[in-house]
Amino acid sequence: MKVNQLSVFLENKSGRLARVTKVLGENEINIRALSIADTTDFGILRLIVSKPKEAYSILKSEGFVVSETEVIAVCIPDKPGGLGGVLAILEAAQINIEYLYAFVGNTHTKNALVIFRVEDCDRAVEVLKEKGVQVVKEENVYSM
Amino acid sequence: MIWDEKYECMDREQLRELQSERLREVVDRVYNKVPFYRQLFDREGIKPGDIKGVEDLSKLPFTTKDTLRGNYPYGLFAEPLSKIVRIHASSGTTGKPTVVGYTKKDLDTWAELIARIVVQAGATEEDVVQICFGYGLFTGGFGLHYGLEKLGTTIIPASIGNTRRQIMLMEDFATSVLVSTPSYALYMAEVLQEMGVERESLKLRLGLFGGEPWTESMREQIKSKWDITATDNYGLSEIIGPGVSGECLEFKGLHISEDHFIPEIIDPETGESLDFGEEGELVFTALTKEAFPVIRYRTKDISILWDQPCSCGRTTARMKKVTGRTDDMLIIRGVNVYPSQIESVLMEIKGVAPHYQIMVERKGHLDNMEVKVELEEELFTGSFRDLEAVEKKIKSGLNSVLGIDVRVKLVEPKTLERTEGKSKRVIDKRELTDS
Repeated sequence: MKVNQLSVFLENKSGRLARVTKVLGENEINIRALSIADTTDFGILRLIVSKPKEAYSILKSEGFVVSETEVIAVCIPDKPGGLGGVLAILEAAQINIEYLYAFVGNTHTKNALVIFRVEDCDRAVEVLKEKGVQVVKEENVYSM
Repeated sequence: MIWDEKYECMDREQLRELQSERLREVVDRVYNKVPFYRQLFDREGIKPGDIKGVEDLSKLPFTTKDTLRGNYPYGLFAEPLSKIVRIHASSGTTGKPTVVGYTKKDLDTWAELIARIVVQAGATEEDVVQICFGYGLFTGGFGLHYGLEKLGTTIIPASIGNTRRQIMLMEDFATSVLVSTPSYALYMAEVLQEMGVERESLKLRLGLFGGEPWTESMREQIKSKWDITATDNYGLSEIIGPGVSGECLEFKGLHISEDHFIPEIIDPETGESLDFGEEGELVFTALTKEAFPVIRYRTKDISILWDQPCSCGRTTARMKKVTGRTDDMLIIRGVNVYPSQIESVLMEIKGVAPHYQIMVERKGHLDNMEVKVELEEELFTGSFRDLEAVEKKIKSGLNSVLGIDVRVKLVEPKTLERTEGKSKRVIDKRELTDS
């Protein structure tokens, strides 16, 4: 249930993000979801890709600073209040969220995919499933 | 082992007499053979006979790098070119290089001095020594070469460049001693890791490092990355090249070959002589050089001198490892800042590579200092909080040591400029028109 997310340290200078995407593209690795958080000096690019292990070693060999982080992917009905319901469950269980990012464009299911980085992935998965929230299996995320 | 017990362990009273005698000779020699010194002494009203011994040294004027430039190329030579068998020059970062010459006897002296420092650092004739200094105008390569040959080590004159090949040679030829700049040793360690060469496949046990100022914390990095004994040696082409001083295995400073050089410490502002134990600029007088004798040469290197005999048995004065230069000093908002201070802060923080660059800019009327630091891969967890914590730690470390606010910027590993010689640590973009 835990999805392997790659985080890449990027200096704020032109061409770094383009370089990451180019390297992945050349190696037939598909980006499933991504988010960039930045300060004035540096950014962290977070990626969910089709082949995380492979992407990890390719990026490393290209000289990028990469780390792997466990996140969970949750399928939420694409309608008002959808995300709020999930957040309320996590809050009630006192699970802190470090960050999250969301994708709405999944046309087949009419659902939004939200990636959560929480303190305790295992417990979050447990709590969410208990409440009937659809937590997406990692292989389904990679092959979306 | 001690290479030349007679001079290295000489009674200090006796040594002072020897220095006095040699000082009288060299003063006489430069007065008679180097027109520049004759004019200078005349102008200052000094007659060679006024200098009776070491106690009169401070009566003599200083020689500076500008003096050397002003007499480019051969103006300060005390022997005709027919007697001079070798020329070396120091890299002129601004304009012309400074040129020095050696007679046959000077080269013998030089090799003797190198033999002393490599022996006191623990090298023996059993060693295979890889010299990763340039063989050329720079004194490092040839200097170490002839001294190590005198001792009888097996020399690999690898010179500089092509680091992967250097490591291949090190592995295949069973190099046991590395001669290089300390920053190159750190760079090599990185390449070693990249190449996936196992430390166990190397025979390396000792490093003889010199050619640039480096800190104790850099030594710790080298020791942990290479698992070797890391020794410092010191010299500059204007005095003779490497071999002026070097560390023994007590690591209590660098023994100066005082039978050939008189060291002094002066206040860099006033030029006043300071006592043993006081910090200031190092000044040397070369007593025995035939081709290029210099009187009270200002090195711009900052150090301290100690005269207590060392537990290794040597009696020669020791100088504190040079970690900064008077011209390295940055003045940021009126505060004196040495790159070595910044380095020592960084070395104490886990997860930060020993690679950094200091950038100084002036915005409006304020100096801004930014320190770029390479992030170690192991440290990156993917979390902002962790990165910010590192930045904050560096910032507060620098702030408490320097007393000024410094901007810290983490950069990707291996993106700061690497050199195989001396590293460029400071980029000062301030344009000061009024100085």
